[in-house]
Amino acid sequence: MSFGKREREALLGPVLANNPIGVQVLGICSALAVTTRVDKALVMTAGVLLVTLLANVAVSLVRNHTPGSIRIIVQLAIIASLVIVFDQVLKATLYELSLELSVFVGLIITNCIVMGRAEGYAMQNPPLASALDGIGNGLGYGLVLFATAFLRELLGAGKVLGFTILPVVKDGGWYVPNGLMLLAPSGLFIIAGLIWLLRTLKPELQEKD
Amino acid sequence: MEALLSLFVKALFLENMALAFFLGMCSFLACSKKVDTALGLGVAVAFVQVLTVPLNNLILVYLLKEGALGWISPALAKVDLTFLAFILFIGTIAAAVQVVEMAVEKFAPGLYATLGVFLPLIAVNCVILGGSLFMQERDYGFGESVVFGLGSGLGFALAIVAMAAVREKLAYGHPPAGLKGLGITFVTAGLISMAFMVFSGIQL
Repeated sequence: MSFGKREREALLGPVLANNPIGVQVLGICSALAVTTRVDKALVMTAGVLLVTLLANVAVSLVRNHTPGSIRIIVQLAIIASLVIVFDQVLKATLYELSLELSVFVGLIITNCIVMGRAEGYAMQNPPLASALDGIGNGLGYGLVLFATAFLRELLGAGKVLGFTILPVVKDGGWYVPNGLMLLAPSGLFIIAGLIWLLRTLKPELQEKD
Repeated sequence: MEALLSLFVKALFLENMALAFFLGMCSFLACSKKVDTALGLGVAVAFVQVLTVPLNNLILVYLLKEGALGWISPALAKVDLTFLAFILFIGTIAAAVQVVEMAVEKFAPGLYATLGVFLPLIAVNCVILGGSLFMQERDYGFGESVVFGLGSGLGFALAIVAMAAVREKLAYGHPPAGLKGLGITFVTAGLISMAFMVFSGIQL
């Protein structure tokens, strides 16, 4: 149980260098849909992080007892149970926010990050490394979500986490909010911009013809 | 009747699964390089969607809702199992996809050869689970579930075929190196999504 190179790589790799959204292109759906406000993005990140962490540990613990032919259904059952727990806790503690997130909490089940890490990493690695990989991927996902939500809430409503940063004209300020930022397409444009930035900084990720 | 038609149009254009809710983005981006593949995936999704949303509706109403088990014994009349919805929905979907796959393989080998790769993947497509969850959240009846399943499934097919048609042409363009491939695809999807917003004026 030493904290060696593999463990460090599992934890820190996915945060930037191997980011699940920007590089592996997993879990795009929710990254676009829940990023109109920073608080929604943070709760969603917490959900994905916890589910990825616990699902990775659970899948890794049973990996030597799972027959290959039914591994997908085993993983789905583990993930679905964890998401049910998270959903119930969220409904009990932050009811308003759980209504706004609506179906997207349930959709963590089919979020490719959770499934992809369980199948791609936890099936071959011991529990500790899998746990760190889960945390790393959750943080990498959260980073992109936070950046997108920050831009969208700031430019779309002049606020961050509900606090006014740019006073909008409607309330006697000077900032004319960009309504497009609160609508669906802006999420796609911002993620496209982030990918462009990432690939300009790291040219080896660019696609060849 | 008018309400159902309005629901169909709403699910097809206005609340398009791919372009307004971003569900099924992974396959939307991965399988939209060619119109043929996109059409195959779109049809398969629409088919599974129109099957699973009504099926999950029946499960929800007759098994999970509060009091649904009252017919077994009066002691169960207050039991509310809706928290089990997620795991039962995903189970139904996985089973339905398996059955559809076997049926298509047996009765339509030609179609199976075209769709083969995509059918198993549909079980973990967000559009399918999302459709059932929206059905639960909005309290649709059985008839509404059928119409919603059909509308949202066809909506996804429409979106992915449109996307593939644009991308086939886009292959000849020269975007900046960093935007090539994934980046420019996101921008295209954003523009199509904006175009679909014109439907928000439709009143039936």
